[in-house]
Amino acid sequence: MSPSNSTGELTMKDKTAIAGVGSTPYYKRGESMPQMPMELAAKALLAACDDAGLTIDDIDGLALYSMGFDTSLFAQWLNIPELRFTALLSGGGGGAAGSVGLAAAAIVSGQATCVASIMTLQQAASRFGASFAPRGKPGAVYSAPPSPEGNFIQPSGLMGPGQMFAVLAQRHMYQYGTQREHFAEVAISTRANAIRRNTSLMKEPLTLDQYFDARMISEPLCLFDFCLECDGAVAVITVSAARAKDLKQKPVYVAASANGGAGRWGQAITWMGMPDEYFASSGHRTVAQRAYEMAGITAADVDVALLYDHFTPMVIMQLEDYGFCPIGEGGRFVADGNIRWPSGSIPVNTHGGNLSEAYIIGMTHVKEAVEQIRGTAVNQVEGAEVALATGGPASIPVSNLILHS
Amino acid sequence: MKGLTPESVINLTPNVWTEPFWAAAAEHRLVVPRCTSCGTHRMPPTPFCWRCRHQDVEWEEHDGRGTLYSFTVVRHAVIPDVRDALPLIAGIVELPNTEGCRLVGNIVDCEPEAVRIGLGVTTDWYDVREGETVPVFRLA
Ligand SMILES: [Zn+2]
Repeated sequence: MSPSNSTGELTMKDKTAIAGVGSTPYYKRGESMPQMPMELAAKALLAACDDAGLTIDDIDGLALYSMGFDTSLFAQWLNIPELRFTALLSGGGGGAAGSVGLAAAAIVSGQATCVASIMTLQQAASRFGASFAPRGKPGAVYSAPPSPEGNFIQPSGLMGPGQMFAVLAQRHMYQYGTQREHFAEVAISTRANAIRRNTSLMKEPLTLDQYFDARMISEPLCLFDFCLECDGAVAVITVSAARAKDLKQKPVYVAASANGGAGRWGQAITWMGMPDEYFASSGHRTVAQRAYEMAGITAADVDVALLYDHFTPMVIMQLEDYGFCPIGEGGRFVADGNIRWPSGSIPVNTHGGNLSEAYIIGMTHVKEAVEQIRGTAVNQVEGAEVALATGGPASIPVSNLILHS
Repeated sequence: MKGLTPESVINLTPNVWTEPFWAAAAEHRLVVPRCTSCGTHRMPPTPFCWRCRHQDVEWEEHDGRGTLYSFTVVRHAVIPDVRDALPLIAGIVELPNTEGCRLVGNIVDCEPEAVRIGLGVTTDWYDVREGETVPVFRLA
């Protein structure tokens, strides 16, 4: 599953850096109204410019993901002097970290000089929890109209991502002996990180008893295995490494980014036909290898991992696919305290993640990776020099980003 | 049958590649497309053989006996239509001798506690409405 065609001398390793990050406040689902989603995006970008010591006049590229937004209206609103690069990674949340790779690609190829990656989300009208629900009774509008491929899934009652990832989690438990206690450790450790931050929507600790008392949503996943449903926006500005040195913040270099995946991972949870070899995985094995090769590092070199955590078992599977532990050992690895901040061997989601800080489709992970490398994170990993951020598990592309000081 | 997804959220929209599957389903027959060039089965039916990229298929009858590959018990309604139908068991069933082809459907007439990965299942048919039938599964 890992093609060996090397990119040779053509690499974007260390040629760009993240110069600024910014966000709006994070809101519970719908509470950002009456602001418009793209208004949130603009506020996040202005905050990122401020952070970088740049202005809108400097921005000349937009690298988006998960369907993006109307770049023409956005540029018109903000009077961006000249857009030279606009692009959208295909797929959904899998593109989060990869959108910064897209920005870096634009810069390294000389198409643009200062590229913003932005996610804005407002879940007032539609909820991701029913992303794959077909149109139901007349008048009811859901998220995924019936399709020839969906016809083979929807009649089973699978219509939300959590239900679908539950199927992967169940298989992981069967194959490797993973336990609900292991999922709980992901939820509890992430919550412990979140409650130390004033940006977090979840402000109380989570106990094992509370976890097991919570209602079951889709077995084996209970309420606390699911991430939050939120509104908000996060923006990240990427420039050339040379330019970053002259800006306000300490440069955070882009060592590598990869997006994609194996073709037969494909639509993943919305087809369920992935090969047995990696059915119970995060779909990240190819992009993990690609990014490590580009950066010239291994898992042992990563100081902090910001792993896309829409559902707790998918953190465990990413720990395996990124080589922090052997395949199948992820459950026991987290149970041993390895992902705890500050004591674990690889602190994970020090910002509180999608599970407990806010779900902005993975861009909070990139923001935290930047703050960790700058040394300004609230839950700072001491001496952090290399940070990994991921987007997805999802249908392909899934993606990642390796940053360093 | 107990444990069926409500008909209001099932709406079959076949294309030229999937239509023969649903036509056979309406007759309570399970058929799986098989590449006429390399013999590889593929599900759902798609325009290309994933192994050799050939297009033509023959439709092979299958007895519908399979193995439960994974499942989830849906306990929470993400849309109102399914509220009264819970719990629903969504099963992923692997069909032997098909290079790992899987079907996804309700596991019917059984208690959630009885469901285990690896159990044998048989295929049955849920007539949703005239001309629209989908596969469901029973523990063997
Ligand atoms: Zn073939």
